[in-house]
Amino acid sequence: MATLSKAEAKKIIDKVLSYSKADEASVGLGGNRTGNIRYARNSVTTSGETNNLSLAITSVFGKKSGTATINEFDDASLEKTVRRAEEIAQLAPENPEYVPMLGPQKYLEPKSYVEATAKIDPDYRAQAALDSLDPCRKKNLVAAGYLEDSAGFSAIGNSRGLFGYNPSTSVDFSITVRTADGLGSGYAIRDVNDVTKLSTKNATEIAMQKALASVNARALEPGKYTVILEPAAAVDLLENMMRNFDSRSADEGRSFLSKKGGETRLGEKLFDERVNIYSDPMNLEIPGSPYGGGGGRFGGGGSDGRPQTKMSWIENGAVKNMYASRYWSQTKGVADIPPPSGFIMAGGTESLAEMIKNTEKGILVTRFWYIRAVDPQTLLYTGLTRDGTFYIENGVIKYPVKNFRFNESPVIMLNNLEAMGVPQRIGGNLIPPLKIRDFTFSSLSDAV
Amino acid sequence: MQLSGLTAGAAMLPFGLVMGREVDAAQLLEPAADAAAKKKMADIALNAARSKGATYTDVRIGRYLQQFLFTREMKVQNVTNAESYGIGVRVIANGTWGFSATSDVTPDGIAKCAETAVAIAKANSKIQTEPVILAAQKGVGEVAWKTPLTKNAFEIPVKEKIDLLMKVNGAAMQNGAGFVTSNLFFVNEQKYFASTDGSYIDQDIHRIWPTFTVTAIDKAAGKFKTRDAISSPMGMGYEYLDGLASEKIPGPNGLVGYRNSYDMVEDATNAAKQAKEKIGAKSVTAGKYDLVLDPNHLGLTIHESVGHPLELDRVLGYEANYAGTSFATLDKWKAGDFNYGSKEVTIVADRLQPHTLGKVGYDDEGVPSKEWNLIKDGVLVNYQAIRDQVHIIGEKESQGCCYADSWDSVQFQRMPNVSLKAGTEKRSVMDMIKGVDKGIYIIGRGSYSIDQQRYNFQFGGQLFYEIKNGEIVGMLDDVAYQSNTQEFWNSCAQRCDQDDYRTFGSFFDGKGQPSQVSAVSHGSATTRFNGVNVINTGRKI
Repeated sequence: MATLSKAEAKKIIDKVLSYSKADEASVGLGGNRTGNIRYARNSVTTSGETNNLSLAITSVFGKKSGTATINEFDDASLEKTVRRAEEIAQLAPENPEYVPMLGPQKYLEPKSYVEATAKIDPDYRAQAALDSLDPCRKKNLVAAGYLEDSAGFSAIGNSRGLFGYNPSTSVDFSITVRTADGLGSGYAIRDVNDVTKLSTKNATEIAMQKALASVNARALEPGKYTVILEPAAAVDLLENMMRNFDSRSADEGRSFLSKKGGETRLGEKLFDERVNIYSDPMNLEIPGSPYGGGGGRFGGGGSDGRPQTKMSWIENGAVKNMYASRYWSQTKGVADIPPPSGFIMAGGTESLAEMIKNTEKGILVTRFWYIRAVDPQTLLYTGLTRDGTFYIENGVIKYPVKNFRFNESPVIMLNNLEAMGVPQRIGGNLIPPLKIRDFTFSSLSDAV
Repeated sequence: MQLSGLTAGAAMLPFGLVMGREVDAAQLLEPAADAAAKKKMADIALNAARSKGATYTDVRIGRYLQQFLFTREMKVQNVTNAESYGIGVRVIANGTWGFSATSDVTPDGIAKCAETAVAIAKANSKIQTEPVILAAQKGVGEVAWKTPLTKNAFEIPVKEKIDLLMKVNGAAMQNGAGFVTSNLFFVNEQKYFASTDGSYIDQDIHRIWPTFTVTAIDKAAGKFKTRDAISSPMGMGYEYLDGLASEKIPGPNGLVGYRNSYDMVEDATNAAKQAKEKIGAKSVTAGKYDLVLDPNHLGLTIHESVGHPLELDRVLGYEANYAGTSFATLDKWKAGDFNYGSKEVTIVADRLQPHTLGKVGYDDEGVPSKEWNLIKDGVLVNYQAIRDQVHIIGEKESQGCCYADSWDSVQFQRMPNVSLKAGTEKRSVMDMIKGVDKGIYIIGRGSYSIDQQRYNFQFGGQLFYEIKNGEIVGMLDDVAYQSNTQEFWNSCAQRCDQDDYRTFGSFFDGKGQPSQVSAVSHGSATTRFNGVNVINTGRKI
């Protein structure tokens, strides 16, 4: 049983804390059931399912901390693990940046758990794969896809009385469809909390259309182009930018948010005034985590227990807030804000089709690939277009074009904003399709 | 694809790379079950699978140990010790693969796991379109292999390691660094493999990666520059950190290359000075340059533009939805005259080179390590393959490229060492630079990106030196080169000799869904490429 109820989780955490002899102790308890199915060359290649329930206890003496983990839950094992964490803590070097644990917190209750997703079984996965494989086989197209589902919970507690519980479910699906001659390739990606909102067939049909439409791509000269970035393309650059919203790096002078003379760009208008980016754990489309750093896309593992709340990061083009560790917040007096578990970029009302219709000349980008930082000072990134790149003229898609390498900074990109469409969920974020002028493509790629 | 290029902004371990449960360091030294006990466990699985109808079974009993240390400036951020233990069973039933894994290593738990693997194989066989053709592998009986090492890193006290990192960080700070992060990664795989071929293979594999990032800051100008370590991850013990003078290769401008022994304090000292110098370095003028590429840089270019495109599973389309496919299609190989590179280019795959990350006795499907050519005198001649693929390229035996990153991951094709042969004519780096009129000498792994079929790439580096009329005239900044794989390798003009040969390594190379990591080395001597397109990456925001 990988998912425990709130009461069951609290009972275990309380018991573990009752064994503690340390100055402070915190417990993280998590469990999930994950399953996957993978296919390529129109045939299933691997599939599996794992159940996992584990508990980590961190014991602290002064500024020395130690962590031990266990996946057995009898009293003797739990107590042994507490003693082990205490032994590790006593032997650990002192951490001068240690901050005492938080007391009780009030947490929001995002609706991130959906029973239908928790009930996914191998039959569902096989059917989901077949729904995707069948249409491709019939059209002599070649499918490669991956579906991964997860249902579980996380719970946190500490010796100062803090307790939090968050059940969640998720499904991630991606599909690449290629033409049999290898001259066309299309892609679609979906992520949901509620599996009833996922149709692998519909997603596959989009990838099929793109595969067929991308055959015989023409070469355009590299240069600066107006582009429409679908959400799957825009999200990569935006996520990279949001990962750099850390106060400490900015204060230390090693961030794009640092500026001459040692100050930061907090409050500075750095983007087009229509740019608004915020996070909201209660958003129904992308329900987030109630507490910070709980394994979210920005926080890594573990949680310091800070509550997640609605938070504005960029408001009317100005840097509104940066996140900070509790240590940095207390040391420097900067705002005590955890990194978000996902973010929302406010968009417009146009659909992608309307955005294409309103474009005189431009390039439609399905997704980017192999994005890497080139210069952290300017947030310059490089990467390539992939799986469906098309030339738009007078409001219609004219023909497929060869893939480009880009060298561009999201900061420059968000200053060259032309239009935004209706935001869509992508990778736990809500991102609109973005129309950007003067996007820098620096060379051509022969890759399909 | 590289999962981790730990930089100043990413001092903590990328989420998900620590496997298993956290334990204390002493526990990592506790002996695992002995080979006789593991043979008994393996036989339970082999018999259970056979009785359920498997026609082939292999079993991997794995104990995977990791110790990672993270520091910044004079502070210890984190010390992680992790242990993971369990058993993975892979079977063929009805011509289809099935895999199951469990941490329940009781006889019942093992038998159940094997039965589940068979059940999955049978279930998947209903939608299977390509029955498995497994290349024969003669059983090797009961054998053992161990990474040759003189100092087991897990036996070195954590305090000694922290003291070293503090010395490294202190050296960087004293020499002008504003910030420094340093890390030590140690991995020990205690793997027992058994199969119905009659192999019982006990292996003890060690890997090490010391690394750091030094940041120099000019707050008044609002500028910062970093310089990463030019160490290499190795298939060695703690002796890699001895810093032996005999393994240092002196280069121009006070640069030092490290072969099989690394002086981390010396490198941090140089890094701090060089990071400061980078702040005032001249911004490159875009254009064509002859590139002189140090082995610690060229290794990643080999990895991305030769290693990955010649993975047979990519060529066939098994990675189409994630890492991508390959331009190096079977028809190019069959033609027998595909000019991957110039005549200077002979690239070998192996799992035999001493001290490398790819060096093992046997792969994760019981195949002994070997060496073979991928590119011979510029011509594409072979791929990297495993037992269920080699029939496609007309081979009778697997090349031994199968690997799983854990007992609970299914093994699949992973890259062996892929290395460029050194030149046979006597030539030092200084000799090579003397012959260059307009060029750039590049050292270290920087920004890197390549398309999903491995045609178009862009690489940066850690250090760039401008060469004019045979001499280094100063440091450059904002440098990246863009090329096409075939064009680039055909511009290969000259190689230094074996005295300059060193390995570069990738410790966290990602592939597959769900993603698995592997570690791989790439050897080369300093090599010259003519007329490569260099871009300027400087921007203003």
